[in-house]
Amino acid sequence: MEYTKKGYFLEKHIKFPSKKRLREKPVAIIECTQNIPCNPCVEACPFGAITIEGNINSSPEVNFETCTGCGFCLGICPGLAIFLMDLSKGYGLVTIPYELFPPDKGEPVDLLDRSGQKVGEGTIEQIRNLKKYDRTILVTLKMDEKLIKIVRGFRRKK
Amino acid sequence: MRLKKHPILKFKRKKEITFFYEGQPIIAYEDEPIAAALHAAGITTLSESFRFHRARGFFCAIGKCASCVMEVDGVSNVKTCIVPAMQGMKVKKQIKAKVSPEEFSGPKVFKQTPVIKTDFAIVGGGPAGLSAAIYAARFGIKPMIIEENFLMGGQLIKQTHKFFGSKSHYASIRGIDIAKILINDAQEKGVDIWTSSSVVGFFSGNTLGVIKEGQYYKVKAKTILISTGASEKSISFPGNDLPGVYGAGAIQTLMNVYGIIPGKRVLILGAGNIGVIVAYQLLQAGIEVVAVAEALPRIGAYIVHSAKLKRLGVPIFTSHTISHVFGKDRVEQAEIVEINNKWQKISGTEKRLDVDTVGLAVGLSPSVEILSQAGANMTYIPELGGYITLHNINMETSIPGTFIAGDISGIEEASSAMLEGRIAGLNATNKIIGENKEIEQEITKNQKELVELREGPFGEKIRIGNQKLYKEAENNGIY
Repeated sequence: MEYTKKGYFLEKHIKFPSKKRLREKPVAIIECTQNIPCNPCVEACPFGAITIEGNINSSPEVNFETCTGCGFCLGICPGLAIFLMDLSKGYGLVTIPYELFPPDKGEPVDLLDRSGQKVGEGTIEQIRNLKKYDRTILVTLKMDEKLIKIVRGFRRKK
Repeated sequence: MRLKKHPILKFKRKKEITFFYEGQPIIAYEDEPIAAALHAAGITTLSESFRFHRARGFFCAIGKCASCVMEVDGVSNVKTCIVPAMQGMKVKKQIKAKVSPEEFSGPKVFKQTPVIKTDFAIVGGGPAGLSAAIYAARFGIKPMIIEENFLMGGQLIKQTHKFFGSKSHYASIRGIDIAKILINDAQEKGVDIWTSSSVVGFFSGNTLGVIKEGQYYKVKAKTILISTGASEKSISFPGNDLPGVYGAGAIQTLMNVYGIIPGKRVLILGAGNIGVIVAYQLLQAGIEVVAVAEALPRIGAYIVHSAKLKRLGVPIFTSHTISHVFGKDRVEQAEIVEINNKWQKISGTEKRLDVDTVGLAVGLSPSVEILSQAGANMTYIPELGGYITLHNINMETSIPGTFIAGDISGIEEASSAMLEGRIAGLNATNKIIGENKEIEQEITKNQKELVELREGPFGEKIRIGNQKLYKEAENNGIY
């Protein structure tokens, strides 16, 4: 498998919603296609938008129409493998689950793709640190619209 | 150096104390092991090799190997990684083998031997042992857990990540918090917990020899569970004995249990789950991970775990192994090299890395010593991690009334260790109180969950291993 060589999933392994849906409101993107015996995301979703077919080893899928982009699944997923993408504000937003020291709101950062390569620059739009996420924080990155499919990490500037 | 802050953990340090290392005062905190406090003070050499006087540091940090033994208050062979420092303690490097009775100074243990009788003795207080105790206690049994470390919880106490699984396996709860849940549950149910207690013998009639605080006890048990876990493997390369070359789990223990910085720049060897998880936890503590190197052409870990590292810019080199570690008394540099599909080094591909710590995440060996010495039937199954005690699906070994659970029965994850512990604990209970329908139902339920947990692609190795195991167990009359 290509992804076991690279250590990350490629865009072709991931299901994305339509551009139209992305313009409406945020939406959850699950990057977990490896049949892990795991299901908290299904139970976490208040809207029943995440399902696992068959047994616990199947991969979860999001119904992009019922997903409201609330982000609850991001804070629950043990693999930190769910992201939010959003084009509703006229610029690009990607939210990533994060368990390192949090950056500051408004801080300029280097934007990294799934392989850790710098693909642009952006800023920290929002940080959500909710009790129910148990120390997993949600970092929302502001960026160029074109980047939301590829940006999954960031590096703080020194 | 000690960690001051951490995004996930809070380090509550207890009272400050002073002990002496070769006459030099060292500051430590209560409930900090001697080796950890020395590491915090910058002392990583704990002993010397007997012949060539090469520096020796610790390796596993959980009392499995003998790399950290020192002389403490005149007693030799003390595993300083699991013995807490105490006010005024005198610690010395052990630079000479002490094997003869005249030279060996140890506790005088044979004067009086109290005998303890119990229904269910559990050796090892990790996720398997605790789960067994909790499930047995649910049916009125009062188990005792004998744990060599001074802390309960096994390796859960250093896992800062949330666990996979379903609700019944504490999914999405951090390992550190699962440990708390299990320990509290066992305490509330009246489980008799013996920490800092070593099992040193397994005699006929399900009797254990135990040393606790210099006193020797005999524990006569109706049923026994051995849930001793596993120890980290090493691999051979020049310099692999230098302080700074640690088991990846030892790095976790230092950093996440005691809040001590293992090093500033780290190379991790092995991109299985342990390797990539420890690498992410190093970043969490603010420590630089220079690279992860993996000998296989692919990453063995769950890709969601390796993806967390990659998107933060940590390089993972597949088809690479470590060829050399350089340094005088501790790691100063490491060299990795690419290997071909015949596992031969490709010359010209060497990369020198400036690191002060190398974490080996190259696999685990089940800790089978007690049972192999007791004469339990053993076998060798590579898929399960090496030498394994034969056992059936009820986790019973060839010694009637003696069970195993957790990594000792095959290297796997904490979620399966908990299920195996429940199954073993329930079967032990069945033996003690006589067969009971409710217990039978619970056993079936947990066995079903375990099968389900192993159904996916990541369970393949354990499925193949267990198939071999059950066949051999059956041939040996263990049904």
